[in-house]
Amino acid sequence: MSDGSFLRTGFWAVVDLRALLMPDSRRIIVFLLLYLVCILPVPGQERTTVDSKNFGLAGDGLESVPTPQITVGSKNFNEGYLLGEIIAQVLELEGFAVERKFGLGGTMVCYEALVNGAIDVYVEYTGTLAEAILKLDGPADRERLNAAVAGQGLRALDSLGFNNTYALAMRKNTAAANGITRISDLARHPELAFAFSLEFLNRKDGWPGLSDTYGLAVKPAGIEHGLAYQALAEGSIDVTDAYSTDGELARYNLSVLQDDRGFFPRYLAVPLVRSDLPQRAVAALERLSGRLDDDRMQELNRLTTIDGKSFAEVASGFIREQGLGKTKVAESLVSSILGNTATHLKLTALALALGCLAGVPLGILVFRVRSAAGVTVYLAGLLQTIPSIALLALMIPLFGIGVLPAIVALFLYSLLPILRNTVTALVTIDPVLKRVAEAIGLTRWEQLCHVLLPMALPNILAGIRTAAVISIGTATLAAFIGAGGLGEPIVTGLALNDTGLILQGALPAAGLAILVELLFELLERLLVKPHMLHGQLPT
Amino acid sequence: MAHAIEFEDVVKSYSDKPVIRGLSLALPANETTAIVGESGSGKSTLLQLINGLIRPDAGAVRILGAALDYTRLPAIRRAMGYAVQGAGLFPHLTVRENVTLVARLEGWPAQRLTQRYDDLLGLFSLPGELSGRYPHSLSGGQAQRVGLCRAMMLDPPLLLLDEPFSALDAITRGSIYEEMLQLEQAGERSVLLVTHDLNEAARLAGYLVILKQGRVIQTGSPQQIHDYPADDYVRGLSANRNSADV
Repeated sequence: MSDGSFLRTGFWAVVDLRALLMPDSRRIIVFLLLYLVCILPVPGQERTTVDSKNFGLAGDGLESVPTPQITVGSKNFNEGYLLGEIIAQVLELEGFAVERKFGLGGTMVCYEALVNGAIDVYVEYTGTLAEAILKLDGPADRERLNAAVAGQGLRALDSLGFNNTYALAMRKNTAAANGITRISDLARHPELAFAFSLEFLNRKDGWPGLSDTYGLAVKPAGIEHGLAYQALAEGSIDVTDAYSTDGELARYNLSVLQDDRGFFPRYLAVPLVRSDLPQRAVAALERLSGRLDDDRMQELNRLTTIDGKSFAEVASGFIREQGLGKTKVAESLVSSILGNTATHLKLTALALALGCLAGVPLGILVFRVRSAAGVTVYLAGLLQTIPSIALLALMIPLFGIGVLPAIVALFLYSLLPILRNTVTALVTIDPVLKRVAEAIGLTRWEQLCHVLLPMALPNILAGIRTAAVISIGTATLAAFIGAGGLGEPIVTGLALNDTGLILQGALPAAGLAILVELLFELLERLLVKPHMLHGQLPT
Repeated sequence: MAHAIEFEDVVKSYSDKPVIRGLSLALPANETTAIVGESGSGKSTLLQLINGLIRPDAGAVRILGAALDYTRLPAIRRAMGYAVQGAGLFPHLTVRENVTLVARLEGWPAQRLTQRYDDLLGLFSLPGELSGRYPHSLSGGQAQRVGLCRAMMLDPPLLLLDEPFSALDAITRGSIYEEMLQLEQAGERSVLLVTHDLNEAARLAGYLVILKQGRVIQTGSPQQIHDYPADDYVRGLSANRNSADV
């Protein structure tokens, strides 16, 4: 069903990391980037689109067809991750190579990713599909849904069994004290603090419809779903949206209010797949149908949210218990951190390299063509004012999800500091020296190579350094669009309100930023004479 | 070739403010000429019209008899040494790199380059150990001498000096004047010195041009100008000269 707001979660990540990582920066390097690019392999397409033409055609003389890779997506809340992991493990048991793009930021992000082939399968809820995505009126059974999504090259498989409907939750004692058992009772208590996930606030099957149906006139606040239960338990809010299978309902001693006017539709969990998914994979997923009833799902959710077990562990246990096979449990903490760090570094380095390749020459051009200076720096500045998370979201319609849109967004972000510092460095060179360079007979190119750029180098390096550190921070948000990296544990941790997980991403990201600072420091020492750093901050 | 530089009805304005007003002038070759005027008289503009840093709004500039060809300025400028007040040395280059920059770009062989460089250091009494130093560590007099070495490196037939001595103390200035006079005797060269200091002009130049608000007020030898100043402005410059001589 829903999955909390990706905007809000993003903000948390930005605020936290920017505060941690933003150094005070000055100086930097073109060469560093090139160097980084050389030592780091390009983050290639880490998946191959499943191509139906490769299947069932083994008869044309080939002994073996390479096992296709399947990309499994998931929404960014606990149940989404868990179901994603179960599906991934089931497919792995079938011999498929699986790539996990979990925690995608929002229903529409998941759906678009599926439509454009960035992922091959994720679990959707029938109510969400009908109401929020397809905007169908009236009850929607599987046939009707399938007819509606077929045009997009998708199909919905059999329900996994449970109905995770929206519900409104309150603390038991507050509910009892006010005599509230049904949603209609809320109309008499406008003094209560209502706070809902942003997605719920904006869905037709969420607050807008609910408040109409029940005549509720209060103005609710927005809150990240992963944080809502704690806020409820601590008494800072009184009513929030919950999912009926959430493991926290029991833990926090919460009441679920009765939907006495039958407003919420049914939200049966169904694997939503691309029609070109190999038949063998479809068959494997269909073996899951009906195996998870409401209680079982709430139990599994509780194992992860309350008992702190990993998704891989819980998924593996469930699969074994259902007699579907025995799966290996996921990678170690160290290898997961290393893997995320490597991905993070690749994203950042590539974006930064592109930023330099574009920013420095553009800066020179702007410096030479003064009339373009104002406009260019203004546009680059404007770009910088777009919130990171929004810029990432804007990339989705253009480039889908994954590494490419993340790199493009990070590139755009690194452009301003590099461009601006390059222009400023060139413009502020002593006019007498510029005049002398011209008057002693240097050509424009020679002026650039022998006088202007060497003198501007310290400030250009400072711009690149700023861009590098900003990129490392911003890249943590790239996890929202499936690019992986250190943002993955942060985003997951935020969705699950799991501080340990957040730190698994935040600490290495902070470390990386410090490391990059030191690296640039070193490069600066190698490339710039100490007396050329006048006016720079001491280091 | 009678004239090093000729101006013919040259006009130059900056945003409608005239700086050079219909100026015609012919400067003798193989001699040192000084253009003297107060600030705002247009003397620096005049200099920059010669090496093409500034283009005239109207009129013509001829160098050694040929109209200034704005399509090949870098080559033309390499035949004109250029030195400015404060030396204008590039801070990221050593003394030697500053002086030899253009010669290296011209592809001079190492031996010729070293020979010429060493000669220039000798001419301007600069010790060889300065070669590897950066400009920020030089004294004002050293920096200015290095600036003059740079201007002289390619042995240009024309040397343009834009108040190169005005920021120096009197003693340093005096010794550099000596070196400049020796230099003048050493080769055939047209030197154009821009200065506000009539004393300096009289010391170094054989022919003076007095400039006021973009117009030539008077030309002649230092003696002529001293004895027969054209107006109070020139008389004022002369008075300065006398007091500075004390």
